[in-house]
Amino acid sequence: MREHWRTFKIAAWLGWEMDSNWTEPALFILYSVIKPVASAFILVLMYFILFAATGRPQDPAMFAYIYVGNAFFIFVGGTLFGTFQVIQSDREWYQTIRQVYTSPISFYTYIVGRAASKVIVAGLAVVITLVFGVAAFGLQLSVSPWNLPMFVLVLFLGLVCLISIGLCLAGISFMTARHTHGLAEGIPGLFYVFCGVLYPLTALPAWVQGVGTAIPLTYWFQLTRALILPESTMQSIDTGLGSDSLGILAILVVSSLAFFLLSIGIFKLGEHLARKAGKIDMLTSY
Amino acid sequence: MTVESATRLRRVKLNLQAVLGRAYPRVVGANREPSWIFFEAVLPLLGIAAYVFIYQALGNRSLIGVTDPAKIAEVQASVNALIGSVVLGGTMTAFWLNVLWSMASQLYWEKEIGNLQLYMMAPMSRMALLGGMALGGMFMTSVRAVTTLVVGVVVFSVVLQLTNAWLLIAVFFVTLIALYGMGMMLASLYLLWGREAFNLSALLEEPIYFMSGFQFPAGGFATMGGWGRAVLTAATFVPATLGLDAMRQIIFPGAWGGRLWILSPELELAIVVVLAVVFLVLARYTLAYLEKLARQEGRLTSRHQ
Repeated sequence: MREHWRTFKIAAWLGWEMDSNWTEPALFILYSVIKPVASAFILVLMYFILFAATGRPQDPAMFAYIYVGNAFFIFVGGTLFGTFQVIQSDREWYQTIRQVYTSPISFYTYIVGRAASKVIVAGLAVVITLVFGVAAFGLQLSVSPWNLPMFVLVLFLGLVCLISIGLCLAGISFMTARHTHGLAEGIPGLFYVFCGVLYPLTALPAWVQGVGTAIPLTYWFQLTRALILPESTMQSIDTGLGSDSLGILAILVVSSLAFFLLSIGIFKLGEHLARKAGKIDMLTSY
Repeated sequence: MTVESATRLRRVKLNLQAVLGRAYPRVVGANREPSWIFFEAVLPLLGIAAYVFIYQALGNRSLIGVTDPAKIAEVQASVNALIGSVVLGGTMTAFWLNVLWSMASQLYWEKEIGNLQLYMMAPMSRMALLGGMALGGMFMTSVRAVTTLVVGVVVFSVVLQLTNAWLLIAVFFVTLIALYGMGMMLASLYLLWGREAFNLSALLEEPIYFMSGFQFPAGGFATMGGWGRAVLTAATFVPATLGLDAMRQIIFPGAWGGRLWILSPELELAIVVVLAVVFLVLARYTLAYLEKLARQEGRLTSRHQ
């Protein structure tokens, strides 16, 4: 366990240095938050333009639903990219994977450590996006101190789930060409569609709703929104998941654990197949 | 034939060979990895789908309590045009990503993996190298983009009303030339920079999607007051903004009563032509200047800086 902790700490420090030491800290922070804030702006414009185009009255409850979902989605992009890109950046860009892979550490733990800095930066971007929403668009949040421990627990479970999914993708990345950007664009897109991030599951065709309910992140977004949005906002939207928070929490706990175990299996399988095919340190530049 | 003209002819031939030689691995090499079908044609469709469902969800909620069939039809037509805009914008996203990651960042990437010094020693023009990258990139991305577009149109039942096919083709190709010209210019800047280049490319994704209106008609900025107009003015320097707007006007004529368009498609085409010329000329000069600067500062082949 001590070895894992040591690997995690050093990998986290390495990840932070690699992410941030190319520039001044202030510029780094600016770079880190511009992307997610721009992403939130896209949705804000989509919302305003739809109502301008149709001439119908605006829908503040739906705006809050979309805005908060999108803000927490920053964790999805940041954490997933922070995890699976390690394989391709170490393998193809820095070409250091041979040295790291052959050192006496757990490569799984090393990747989790490398993702830590991106999770922290994503957390900062989430806070800035929410504050901006409150200040600029009159977004109404309702955070009770009694809900804080529950919020921390839900956030932790969500991150465990995301890192596990990222490690599954890292396992697959062992075998694929340099598709980091395809993955970075596409996999979050998968969750964007199926997990009710920006619209309630009920907006999806029935068979797609079934897919959404099988993904733990759907419950994570639902719980997070229920914990920070006013009750009246949540009641005005039929999410298709019910309102039993404890039941949803139980599903999230079980599915996070299942994804954690699955990530170990897929990562080990990908690693095994890549070693067998001699692809651990392949270069795919074209 | 004089010695001078024979030399010129040889140089043209050499540079054309360089263009083809650099385009070749992008056209053939990339397609040797069949995984691109999933990563670059299917996955982007999911991102598009998310935006489609947002418009559908908002449109459906806006119709709650509306009983007038004419109003319902009007709202649905507006929502359908927005969905069509998203599919088209999502398709063009592939080109913007290709410009950022396979044009602008490419010389930096070549430096990192050690190919740049080989390019620099070869007797061809650097513009031929960038031209080959652009040509190969355009072809490779067009295959992916067409796949995404066709599937998007079929899956989301987008109704296209093509009004002027020749104008559409002209706008599309001029926009591509302007975009890749911009990529060539950025590539030369990135030659000098280190990891700033990678981070700048990452930074130019969502903010440009937002400014250029990849997911909504960019003319909507004009309805947002002073800041919206300022963003729109800045956005016109990115060729995708006007190119995309012109293509949407040609494909979805009459959408939203024409309230959300920026300029007429013909005028937009003229501006994009100017942008294309400016970017290509700038690319030529910045490449020569920054290559010289990078050589002087010894940063041309220094990796991982």
